[in-house]
Amino acid sequence: MIEVKNLYKTFMNGQVETSVLKGLDFKIEEGEFIAIMGRSGAGKSTFMYQMSLLDEPTRGEVIIDGIVTNTMSNDAKTLFRLSRLGYVFQDYALIPELTALENVTLPLLMQGMPTAKALSTAKSALTTVGLKEHVNQLPSQLSGGEQQRVSISRAIAHNPDILFADEPTANLDNESSRTVMDIFKQLHKQGQTIIMVTHEPEYADMAEKIVTLDDGKIVGVKKN
Amino acid sequence: MFSPLNFRIAFFLATRQLRRSSKWTNSLIVFVMILTFLNLVIVSGILVGLIQGAIEAVREQYTSDVIISNLNTETYIEYSPDIIRTVESLPQVDALSARYVSGSTLEANYKSRTDPNEKPNTAGAQIAGIDPVAEDELTGLSRWIIEGEYLQPGDYDQILLGSYLIKKYIPVDNPGFSALDDVGPGSKIRIQIGNVEREVTVKGILKSKVDEVSFKAYMVDSQLRGMIGRNDFNVDEIAIRLKPGSDPVVVRDTLLRNGVGTYAKVQTSADAQPKFIKDIRDTFALLGNMISSIGLVVASITIFIVIFINALTRRKFIGILKGIGINGQAIELSYVMQSIFYAFIGSAIGFILLYAFLQPFVARHPIDFPFSDGILVAPLSGTLLRISLLVVATIIAGYIPARMIVRKNTLDSILGRK
Repeated sequence: MIEVKNLYKTFMNGQVETSVLKGLDFKIEEGEFIAIMGRSGAGKSTFMYQMSLLDEPTRGEVIIDGIVTNTMSNDAKTLFRLSRLGYVFQDYALIPELTALENVTLPLLMQGMPTAKALSTAKSALTTVGLKEHVNQLPSQLSGGEQQRVSISRAIAHNPDILFADEPTANLDNESSRTVMDIFKQLHKQGQTIIMVTHEPEYADMAEKIVTLDDGKIVGVKKN
Repeated sequence: MFSPLNFRIAFFLATRQLRRSSKWTNSLIVFVMILTFLNLVIVSGILVGLIQGAIEAVREQYTSDVIISNLNTETYIEYSPDIIRTVESLPQVDALSARYVSGSTLEANYKSRTDPNEKPNTAGAQIAGIDPVAEDELTGLSRWIIEGEYLQPGDYDQILLGSYLIKKYIPVDNPGFSALDDVGPGSKIRIQIGNVEREVTVKGILKSKVDEVSFKAYMVDSQLRGMIGRNDFNVDEIAIRLKPGSDPVVVRDTLLRNGVGTYAKVQTSADAQPKFIKDIRDTFALLGNMISSIGLVVASITIFIVIFINALTRRKFIGILKGIGINGQAIELSYVMQSIFYAFIGSAIGFILLYAFLQPFVARHPIDFPFSDGILVAPLSGTLLRISLLVVATIIAGYIPARMIVRKNTLDSILGRK
């Protein structure tokens, strides 16, 4: 489903060139739950950003369902992200002026879904993550765990092909983290492809496969 | 950018951002917009209004809606009685006043002057012979009496003097201009028209900001007619007021079609305005627009800064919106919509303030300029044009910063990287 070929990512800091990803090759099949691990600065988030089309690799290819994404225009990438990918960020990344329901509804409306249908779909997604009673609350009125669950609802409401999660439990307490991971396990059981960056082995063990990065290279792939 | 879907998403974002952002900030921006709108309309409105006030006063106190006067080649209007009858037969005519006008010399100290070498206290003036009732009905002349009394139809050897014929009422001592000294109601003065002299009593003093009133003297028409020997009842001016809603141009053209133009000049009050007055009004309008345009630039910069800071502080969220697939143009449009909201609300409140309070207030309490009672000229078409300018300026001022921020790399925005 996702094929990464000879992937390089280099950042320029003034005159200094820093290579973060150094020629990665990797394949992820449909329905897999992948955890990407590694030390700080190993390049795990950068790797995920390339696969999730949030960033452009310096060299190499990211092929999703046979589509070489490098050649896509920005608008095409935006549309691709909207319709086929879902994102859960470490800091929840909710829009502060929108209620929980509106945060989840927005991408559905952008897909052209009628308002009534978008609202019912968003409500259903929020109910799935146990936030039925909080739909009209603003992010500032929710706890960290609740905000992350809203973020997950937003990511899954449109049934994306791939769900990307960048350290989704990093800002959460243990209980909230477990709730979030339970949701991921449930989604995976339903066939959802999940690619998660984490530095917590306990949660990485819940994935089907753990990919370990070090110094911009894949140094291990372990099946759980 | 203008796809219905982008509009829908932009509206969704803009309404929520406006509704849930700081009410103080929104109020402040709207307040700036109100001030800008008022600045746009009022500065030019008052500059034009002080000239327009003078023009209106001349129309009200002197020319009325249509004025008939002697041809340049004649000293009076021939067949005046026939012309007056023609005018009175027109359905649009509400009132008229026929005036005899003659140049004269007024002398004040002729009784006390014993030395033949002493300089006589004289003033040159035009004297208008009027029907006091008809003139007052037409121009409200009696309103301008500041000393003494207004003329009555049977007054014999009585005269009203405009204030600029009396030294104490002239604000600036003009060496080229002579005025009567120590004259007031009850004073005897001598009038000389050609070889005819008559002693008259000053009945009242008139003071108006219209020079045509303040530089004139007024007598009952029969008195002046006798002095100038105009026994054929041919007058020099006929001022005509029309019924409300009547078009002076139509009346003028009707009179010209009836042949009045053969014996007299027929002009609307606008025709009778000197060209330099029109030029001054146009110049003031231009000046007002120039000053107002500075206000427009300031408002545009304000909106630019507000939207820029707003977009800059929300750069992360703009990145997230793009990241989850929201079209960048929809995001830009949401900021443009917010700018339009500020401009529209500011203009709407300004519009209400202008037409419900300011313009009626200034009309009731005109601004007291030395040469006119300034009014606030704000024609609806001009106001709507200025609202359009304000909206367009704020659209541009809102769009540019939004575009600058939305164009930034999505991931850099999300991660707060430069």
